[in-house]
Amino acid sequence: MITATNLTVRRGGRDVVRDATLSLEPGRLTAICGPNGAGKSSLLAALAALLPATGDLTLDGRSIASLSLRERARAIGFLPQRAEVAWDVSVRTLVALGRLPWCAVPGRPARASLSADRAAIDAALAAMELCDLADRPVSNLSGGERARAFMARVLAGEPDWILADEPLASLDLAHQQRLAACLAREAAGGRGVVVVMHDLATAMNHADRVIVLDQGRIVADGRPQDALCEAIIRQVWQVDARWLGDPGSKALAT
Amino acid sequence: MSRLNLTLALAIAVVLPISLLSGRVWISPLDSTVPHAATILAELRLPRGLLAVIVGAGLGGAGAAMQGYLRNPLADPGLFGIAPAAAFGAVLTLFLGLAAVPFALPFAALIGAGGAMALLALIAGRTGGIALFTLAGLMIASLAGTLTSLAISMSPNPFATSEIVTWLMGALTDRSWGDIWIAAPLTFAGLAVLWRTGPLLDALTLGEQAALSLGVDARRLQWWIVIGIGLVVGAGVAVAGIVGFVGLMVPHLVRPFTDRRPSTLIVPSVLAGALLVLVADTVCRLLPLASELRLGIALSLLGAPFFLALLLRLRRDLA
Repeated sequence: MITATNLTVRRGGRDVVRDATLSLEPGRLTAICGPNGAGKSSLLAALAALLPATGDLTLDGRSIASLSLRERARAIGFLPQRAEVAWDVSVRTLVALGRLPWCAVPGRPARASLSADRAAIDAALAAMELCDLADRPVSNLSGGERARAFMARVLAGEPDWILADEPLASLDLAHQQRLAACLAREAAGGRGVVVVMHDLATAMNHADRVIVLDQGRIVADGRPQDALCEAIIRQVWQVDARWLGDPGSKALAT
Repeated sequence: MSRLNLTLALAIAVVLPISLLSGRVWISPLDSTVPHAATILAELRLPRGLLAVIVGAGLGGAGAAMQGYLRNPLADPGLFGIAPAAAFGAVLTLFLGLAAVPFALPFAALIGAGGAMALLALIAGRTGGIALFTLAGLMIASLAGTLTSLAISMSPNPFATSEIVTWLMGALTDRSWGDIWIAAPLTFAGLAVLWRTGPLLDALTLGEQAALSLGVDARRLQWWIVIGIGLVVGAGVAVAGIVGFVGLMVPHLVRPFTDRRPSTLIVPSVLAGALLVLVADTVCRLLPLASELRLGIALSLLGAPFFLALLLRLRRDLA
C-alpha cells in the first residue's frame, strides 16, 4: 500500500500538486486523469519519490524517506513520459537494464546470465509479447512495440508497484488496447499499477479506479463511472460529453 | 573475457614488441651486434611503448565513460576542462623555467587537473544535474585555455614560448620510467573508478529520472565521474601533453562490436585506445621527416576528419 498525506509538490515557484491525500492498493489498475497541466506527471513522480515533495509518503507503513534508493527501486518501477534510450541497444539489453536494482553488489555489472535475472527478463518479454523481437535493435521497433519494450524494462525489475506516465500516448487504437490489457493483467496478478492516462475512454474501460486532478487538486477519486461521470467531465474539462455504449467498451461523444 | 577484448589484447601483445624493435635504429631479435641495443630497448623504447599503452588506455576508457555519462556520441574527455587545466599547470612550470626540476611539470599538471576537479565539484556538485555540469566544464576549459594563451603571450623569452607551444602539441618522445611511475597508478585507479560506474551509466541510458527510479544517486555518480576522469586525464596530460580525439574516436570504433551499453564499452575502449596510441606513436617515430611528427598533431590529423564524417552521418540519420 502506498499512502500519501497532504502531498504537495512545488515547482518553479508554483504548487503543481496541492494537498493530495490518497492511498493506493495493490492488485488494482488506477488511472490518473486530468487536463494538460493538471499536475498528473508531478503527482506520479512524487508518489514514486522521484520529486521533492512535502507531506507524508509511506510504502507499506514505512516512510519512503527511510528507505534506501535501492529498496525504493526494487519496490516501485517507474516509466517516465516519453521514455528514451540513449544508445541503440537490443530489446533484450534494454529490458535487462530493469534488473539493476537486483545486482548482487551495488555498482557491479548486472549479469543477464544469472538465472534469476534471466527468468525475470524472459517473463517480462513474454508478458509484453516481445519474445520474437528480443534481438532487434530498439530503433527498429514500431511505436507500439517500443512502448511495450519500455514497459517490459519496468516489469523486469519485478517491482510491487508499476507507476507509468502516459505509456499509451501516441499509440494507435489496437496497440493502446493491447498495452492496456497487459497492464490490467499485471494488476490482476497482484501488482499495484498506477497509470497517467490522457484518453478518458481507456481509463473508463480498463481502470479499476480513477483519480481526477484539476489544477493540482484531486477533484474526484473512485470507480471510473463515478469519477468520470458527465458532470465531472463538464466541470474539469469544460466539455459537454456523453458516455455511449456498454460497460467495458464505452465511448465518449462530445 | 569476451572475444572482442581478447582480440584487442592479442593485437597489443603483437604490436608492442614490433614497436619496440622499430625506430631510427632497427633492432632485430636475431642480430645481437647492434650497439647499445639493450639500453635503447630498456631505457628509451620500452618506457615509451608502455607510456603509449597507458595514456591510450586511459583516454579510450575515459572517452567511453564520458559518452555514457553525457549520453552523447560526440562527447570527449576533454569537455570538462580537466585536460586544459592540467595543461595550464604544466605550461606554468615552462613559463617559470621550472621544467628542469625533476617531475615539476607532471606534478604541476596534476595540480591543475585537481584544481579543475575541485572547481567542477564546487560549481555543479549540488544537484547532480548534467547540463549545468557540462557548461561548468566548458567554462573551466575556456578559462584554462585563456590562461595558457596569456602565459604564451607573456613568456619571458622566445625559447620558453617555443618550449610551451611544442609541449602543448603532445608527444611521448624522451620519456623515462619516472613518467610511467606517475602515470600508471593514477590511470589505473581512475579506470577502476570509471569501470565501477559502468552499471550506473547503463541506467542513465534511460534518462535521469528513470536512472533515479532504478536507484542511481546522481550526485554520487557525478563525484565518481569527476574523480575517474580527473585521475585518468590528469595523468595523461602530465606525461604526454594534450593528446586529443582518442577519447572521441575509440568508443565509436568499438561500440558496434558490443551490445552498446556503456558498461560493456569501457574495457574494449581501454584496450583499443592503448592500441591506437601505440600504433600512432610508432608511425610517428617511423615517418621519414626532418623532425618527428608530434603524436598530438598526428592524432588530430586523424581525428578531425573522423569527427566531421561522424557529424555528417549523424545528420543523415536524423534527416
